[in-house]
Order: sequence, then structure tokens, then C-alpha cells
Amino acid sequence: MSTKAFQRIYTQITQITKATCTLKATGVGYDEMALVAGRKAQVVKIAGDEVTLQIFSGTEGIPTNAEVVFLGKPPVIKVGEDLAGRFFNAYGEPIDGGPEVEGEEREIGGPSVNPVKRMQPSKLIATGIAGIDLNNTIVTGQKIPFFADPDQPYNQIMATVALRAEADKIILGGMGLTHDDYLYYKNTFDNAGALDRIISFVNTTENPPVERLLIPDMALTAAEYFANDKNEKVLVLLTDMTLYADALCIVSNRMDQIPSKDSMPGSLYSDLAKIYEKAVQFPEGGSITIIAVTTLSGGDITHAIPDNTGYITEGQLFLRKDTDISKVIVDPFRSLSRLKQLVIGKQTREDHPQVMNTAVRLFADAANAKTKLENGFDLTDYDERAMAFALDYSRELLAIDVNIDITKMLDTAWALFAKHFSKAEVSIKRSLVDKYWHE
Amino acid sequence: MNNTQRTTGSVSGVIANLVTVKVDGPVFQNEICYVKLDDVDLMAEVIKVIGDTAYIQVFESTRGLKVGTQVEFMQHMLEVTLGPGILSKNYDGLQNDLDKMEATFLKRGEYTNPLDDDSIWDFTPLAEIDDVVRAGDWLGQVKENWIDHKIMVPFSFAGEYTIKEVAPKGQYKINDTIATLIDKRGNEIKVTMVQKWPIKMPIKAYKDKPMPSKILETGVRTIDTLNPITEGGTGFIPGPFGCGKTVLQHALAKQAEADIIIMTACGERANEVVEVFTEFPELIDPHTGRKLEERTTIICNTSNMPVSAREASVYTGMTIAEYYRNMGLRVLLLADSTSRWAQALREMSNRMEELPGQDAFPVDLSAIISNFYARAGFVNLNNGATGSVTFIGTVSPAGGNLKEPVTESTKKAARCFYALSQDRADGKRYPAVEPIDSYSKYLDYDLVREYLSKRVSPNWVDDIERAKNIILRGKEAKEQINILGDDSVPIEYHLRFWRSELIDFVILQQDAFDDIDANTPFERQQYMMEFVLSIADTKFNFTSFEEVNPFFKKLINAMKQMNYSEFNSDTFKKYLSEVNDILNERRAE
Repeated sequence: MSTKAFQRIYTQITQITKATCTLKATGVGYDEMALVAGRKAQVVKIAGDEVTLQIFSGTEGIPTNAEVVFLGKPPVIKVGEDLAGRFFNAYGEPIDGGPEVEGEEREIGGPSVNPVKRMQPSKLIATGIAGIDLNNTIVTGQKIPFFADPDQPYNQIMATVALRAEADKIILGGMGLTHDDYLYYKNTFDNAGALDRIISFVNTTENPPVERLLIPDMALTAAEYFANDKNEKVLVLLTDMTLYADALCIVSNRMDQIPSKDSMPGSLYSDLAKIYEKAVQFPEGGSITIIAVTTLSGGDITHAIPDNTGYITEGQLFLRKDTDISKVIVDPFRSLSRLKQLVIGKQTREDHPQVMNTAVRLFADAANAKTKLENGFDLTDYDERAMAFALDYSRELLAIDVNIDITKMLDTAWALFAKHFSKAEVSIKRSLVDKYWHE
Repeated sequence: MNNTQRTTGSVSGVIANLVTVKVDGPVFQNEICYVKLDDVDLMAEVIKVIGDTAYIQVFESTRGLKVGTQVEFMQHMLEVTLGPGILSKNYDGLQNDLDKMEATFLKRGEYTNPLDDDSIWDFTPLAEIDDVVRAGDWLGQVKENWIDHKIMVPFSFAGEYTIKEVAPKGQYKINDTIATLIDKRGNEIKVTMVQKWPIKMPIKAYKDKPMPSKILETGVRTIDTLNPITEGGTGFIPGPFGCGKTVLQHALAKQAEADIIIMTACGERANEVVEVFTEFPELIDPHTGRKLEERTTIICNTSNMPVSAREASVYTGMTIAEYYRNMGLRVLLLADSTSRWAQALREMSNRMEELPGQDAFPVDLSAIISNFYARAGFVNLNNGATGSVTFIGTVSPAGGNLKEPVTESTKKAARCFYALSQDRADGKRYPAVEPIDSYSKYLDYDLVREYLSKRVSPNWVDDIERAKNIILRGKEAKEQINILGDDSVPIEYHLRFWRSELIDFVILQQDAFDDIDANTPFERQQYMMEFVLSIADTKFNFTSFEEVNPFFKKLINAMKQMNYSEFNSDTFKKYLSEVNDILNERRAE
């Protein structure tokens, strides 16, 4: 975006706040981009001939006679095959030292897919992580966040998922990443030799927070290009959506809006839904799958951000540290993938649903036994065996660093059942036990 | 309203989808107008007027809108088009037919015809020349799928009219004249199969609205058996995410014994709507044997579609429901979720800088919700027929906290309360309707009690009370056991607990994904309820508490197998005798 000849230039700013400035101008369109003393800004309010601009990088040092140029279009991104392998900032400008991308210019934050033109999601995405593939299977066209405390290695797990998932393109939307996390992603993708199918839009903590608001729309507009125009399977990773919501909060606060729960803007639900609902399965085979991270404060899921997210997304994956094996696992109790029913036992082996439920039930029995132990009650033989099973189950399946395919996960689970329990205790459908039980 | 010059105006300000317009003539509150942006017309509604400035909410993105853009006011409020062909359609919140849109992405400013002008309908007259008719009276009927779609005197006609002409039996298109009426002054008025009606106005072309008395059978045991809803009743389902609100609503849509189902997906997930689109054409209506989609209309304004059309979507659904009610049909209207509608109200109220109420919701939220729920109901039509609109909405309380404004306001308006509980959902006890907190106020209605004693059995309402009492005592016993320890309480406490578990597992829990268990007819519900209560009355011999748990687990397992078997089939009887064997092991003489 640069100034062109014959653009009208304004130099009389009448009002400046921390994030916005107001001036008299005519012929300006809503949502239009502008440059204020060279900084990028967007029209957020028009009242008569008074136009209010939100300046993404803040108004520090902006003089009242700053040059204001309206660009005549909303934020855009140039889409094309050349996007692959590149790193961009929130405005879609390269930050990897490479050349500008040539391609068709598209408005970001475009319209929604007509619901009747969608397909029901139906293809499994394997990640090799049992906490996901076995217990909470993810499907193309799904949107699902990790709910994680800030100290958990969610960025590493996202990178792992990205590299293992069979996707044609992986688009990373990084919001408020630390510079180190950014480099971690970059190196990991580079080392894996996967850069050619990865596109990154990154806002680090070194950039102004309000710029983050553009990241998901940039990433998803690029995703729509590959999924709809090129019929590719696209995986979009958004980290961290809590920081995105914080930026929304800053803007609404500076616009004098009345805050609702947890000082978040009243439109938080719609703002988040607009992003997550871009996940879609197209009939022609292309799809957009969104895996996001929502960091929690102290595991509190009733806070407005995780709460609204939970109502929008199709399940959530809880990360927690299992103290018995001192590794991070995907919590089998609190995690949920709403779309797993569409594929388990259909695209995976027939015993998948029953094995999954039984293992989680036995894991719950172990948790109860543990509580009993802590409260000083005696343990029965069954309790002891349940706890032994839980330890093996965590170590051989749930641990996040285990990487096996789903059939192997099912076989491992059967082996653990046989090791610790009788057939009656497992209580799985007779025909399945006959087929898969091996002492 | 007359056909004088339309008022026009020009845009003077824009904040998101709130736009101010300087007007050159009269406008009225809730008037529809079009913003003429470049090559598209954006639909909008007047929501406030100050002097010559109208505040309008635009139903689409206002990106690129400039000061000075022309606006044309249409002299009518937001209306739906009513006529044959509504069933099986998929509409957006403004009643655009989504299937008529070509592009994959919704195009701003694209409005499609809700009905099919060229379809041919087999018309049969019901009224005769010289009949005196009023708004809502039936002039004739056409077959829409399998229902008799009545062609009525338009609801906007005031007073009495005399029929001059009715079209003979034959084939017509919706815009053909099917009757000519003469009003009191002798003017002739032609009537077609199509009429329009403003969605914010209730359709009141009926004689009266008596107390509801008949039960709407849903096949969902925790509703029908414990807290039944009536035809023309209102209910709501609040619950945190992941508790099965949508699964429960889909179960109701599939099974309820209603003639017409209107589903409004208001601000919810698009993939859930896609599930309905995919499944309903395949599923069979258990009552008629016809395809489910034939009796269903879907109105979807998913969470990524324009926020301001969310409010419209629930009203559009209600107005279509009222239209079919006036044909003497039983309509079930489902809305998922009314919280999203309330949030849309909040966003707009915020932009208008109104003083906020609790949690920044508008202060009149409670009144708006009450007025909406009041549109449901059972009615006697002018010709003696009856019809009903039963409304069940879901509420998505922020943080799962039932003390938030939308839940509280809805509680005042709805007569049935089906609270979904996180604990039950965590324990995979589905449907997760909490049996103790939930209620149906209809059980207190004399007419409903009378109906139930005839429909089921004279003791039925007492049976319900007993079952609820057993559940409550079971909960108390469980608390005692948890505090004092298994062996420090009398065996009777364990029995109390397990009796409530028996009701929970056999009656309350129901597998929505099992072909047989998903839908339980009333006769079967009665049978199981009476069976379970007779077990609760039976005295058993136990010497130690340790015997109680395995006994009831075995019993529950066998009784669940009964639930999974065809009623009164050989398998069912096999499990029944298994249950009796288990009971006889411990039965005290």
C-alpha cells in the first residue's frame, strides 16, 4: 500500500486519542484503509464530514497537521501460489526479506459461505497424538481450540500437529507471539523441510497489539483462496486467540463502548464466530480446518473468552500435565471433539468408539481410586489394577510425544485391557472382544 | 399507507451497521429501507428517529458505505411472504431462499424470492359464493407435501367481506387470483395464494386462546414423563456448551408429534445446520412415514451471518409458525439459541449509546423476550378448528451461570424449564436435563392433569410426583453417604440412592443415537415408569451394603437392554424375564 498520484491529502486532524484520530474529510468509505503520517489506519466511524480513523500502531507522535491519505479500499491481500513458504506481517507484507507477492488482490474479512453450499465434514485428520486421534478425533472443516494455561507448551504442540497432519497447506496466524516463539515456528518448519506448504502471518509482541486484529482475516482469506479456488485441504493455526480478544478489548475501550462480562466488548461472540466459522468443507473437496489456542488464566473456562469460544467451536482440547508420568497429555475428561462421531468406527476400525469409551471409563475409575487413596480409604484389588492401567495408558498412549497411527493405538489399548482386567470388567460388546482381545 | 411519493434520504454517518440518514419526508419506526450502495441495495430497518435523522440498522456489511449515499424508504415494515411452498425450504433470517443463491459465498445485497412463482398447485375451494368471511378464514386449500395448506383471507383485512367469486377446483400458480371479495363499501378485492405480514406483529386472526391442555408428545422421556410440555406451550433449555442442547433440540425436531416443525438456527454453528440439511432429507417422520424435511422449514442465520438479521430470524420463524397455526395445524417452533438474539440486541443498543442494563444488555430485554414467548399458544379458530404453536428455545448462559439476564428473563416468560447440567454431561448422563431443578408448570394446570389421567392413567400425575421424590431422596442419601462413608449409614440409604439411580438410568437417560431408544412412545414410557416404580416399592433382602451396588447394577443393565429392544418383542420379553429373575433373587416375602 503506497500513495498514488491524484489522491486527496488532508492535513487537519481535529482530535487525537490513544488509538484514533478524527478529521474532516469527504467521499470516504466505511472500513477504508488510510495512511496517517505513513502509519496504517482504518475508518471506524463516519459522522457527517467527520471521519474517525483507528491507527493500528498507536498515535504516539502524530501531529495535528499529519498527512492523511485515504487509499480507497478496505484491507486487502494478494493471493497466489507464491504465498507458499513465506512469512508476512499483519498487513500481508513480507517479513522474511523476500519480494512482494504478485497475485490477485482480495478484500480480507469477506462474506460467509452460504450454509446450503457447505458439505458435512467427513474426513479424518490424523495427528499421531492419541489424546486427539483416539479420544477426540478431528475432522476436516472442523474448528477446535486448545485450552491451555500459558505455561504449557501449546506452540510446540501446534507445530507438531501442523507437521504431522496431512494438509496441502498450513497457514499460521500468530498473534502476540514472542519473538522466540516466532523463530521456533520458523526453525521447526524449516528443519522439517515443510516450508513450501506453510504460510505464516505473524504479529509478535514487538508489534503494536491492535495490528493483531488483522491477522486471522489475512490468514483465512489466504486459506479461502487455497481451499475454494484450488480445492486444497488447508489447516489454519491461530495462536493465541486470547491475545486477539485482548486487542478487541483495547479497541472497544478506546472507542468508549460499554463493556460486558470480563470487560470484553459485547460483540465478542460475533467477533470470534466470524473467524471460527470460516472453517468449512467445500463440496469440491477443499476444506479449511482451524486449530486455535485459547490461553486460560488459572484454568478458568467461565471467563468470557474461553466461554464464548466454547459456544462457537466444535469442541475443545484441554492440555494438562500428568504428574504420574510428568508429561503433557490431552485431558480425556474435559476435552471433546463434537465431530468425531462422523468418522470414528467408520473411517477408523469398527472397535474405535467402544475402545475409546472403555479406556476413558477405566481411566476415570483410576481417578476415583486415587481420590479414595488420598482420603485414606482402603483400595480394592480392582482399584489397584485401575491405577496401574491408568499409568500405562498415560505413558503408552496419552503422552503428547507418542506418535503412532490409530490402528496401533487401538491395539495398544486392547493389550492394556488384557494386561490389567478381565473381559467382564472391560464390558465391551462380545463380538469385538472375541476378535481383538489377546492375552 | 398510500402510494404517494416514497421518502428518500442520504447517509450522514456510519458506525459498523448503524447508519444515520437525513430524510426528506415522513418515515416510521421499523420501516424498511434500502441503501443504494454502488451496484447493490442493502436492506435496513429504521430503529430510531430524531428530527430529520433516521437511525437505521443495516442487515449486511456496510463496508465502503459513504456519506451522501442515497436511501429509499419502502413504506412497510420487515415482512415475510406467506403462501404454499414454505415447507422444506432453507431460509436465511430475512426469508431469502438460500438454495436460490448461485454463489458459494453469500453475496451482499442478494435477495431471493422465498416462494416459487411458477410452481403449480392443485387448488380445492373450501368457501362458497356469498359466504361472509374475515381475516384468516379458509377460502380453499392446496396440497403442500402431505399437509392441506389453507389459502386464507389475508390477515391484514379488517372487518367482514362477502365472497363474490372463488376459483373452481384446478391448477393455479401462487399469484393467480383464487377469490374475489367485496368489502362493506362494495369494493372488489382480489385474493391470491400469497400474502405478506410484518414479522414483529403477532397474527391474531383466531377466535380465542384458551389454556393449553393437551400434551405434545416428544418421545424424549425426561420431558414427556417428568416435565411434559403442552401443545401451544412454551419451554426453554439453558445449558453451558457441550451439554447437548443442540442434540436435544434435534431429537425434538425429529420426533415431536407436531404437523409442522420450524427450526431457527440463530447465531449458532453452520456445521450444525449442515447436519440438519444432510440428515433430514434421509430421515423418516415416525408419525406419518413421510420424509422429515417435508414437514420442516429451516431458518438459519448462523453466527457468521449478519448480526442484525439474527433478531429478524426468530421473528420470521414465529410468524411462519403462526401462519400454519391458522390452518388448524400443530406447529413446533425451535430456536437455537435465543441468547445470540439477545446479544445482537445488546450490540445495537450499545452502538446507539443507550444506557445499559445488567451485563450491558438493553433494559427492555425481559419485556422483549416475554412478548415473543407470548406469541406461542393454543388457539380456537373462527371455524371451530384448533391450532397451536409450541415454542422451545435454547439459552446459552455465559459461563454456564443461570443467574445471567437472558436466562432470568426467559424463566419469567417460559412455562417449562429444562436445565442442562454440566455434571450430568460430564458423567455422560444424556440427555443432561437436571431432574430436580427442571420443571413444567403445566403439571399444575387442572386441564392438563385431567388430560393426563385420561391419556395415561388416573394415577399418572401422582406417579410423576413419586418419581421426582425418589430422585430427590436419592440425591440426599448420596450426600449422606459421601459425608459419612459407605459403612456408616443404614442400608436403607444405599437403597434410596440406587432407586434414584434406577430411575436415572432407565427413564431419564436415553440414547439419542440408538434407533429404538431415541424415541419412546407414551405407552412405552408409561409401562417402564410403572415398572420402575413397582421395583421402588418392592422390599429386598440385603445383609450388607456391599450387596446393594452389584444387584442394582445388574438390574439397571438388564433394564437398559429392554430400552434398546423393540417394545414387547421377544428380545424385550427375554430381558424382562431376566429382570424378574434378578428381582426374585433378593425379593423379601
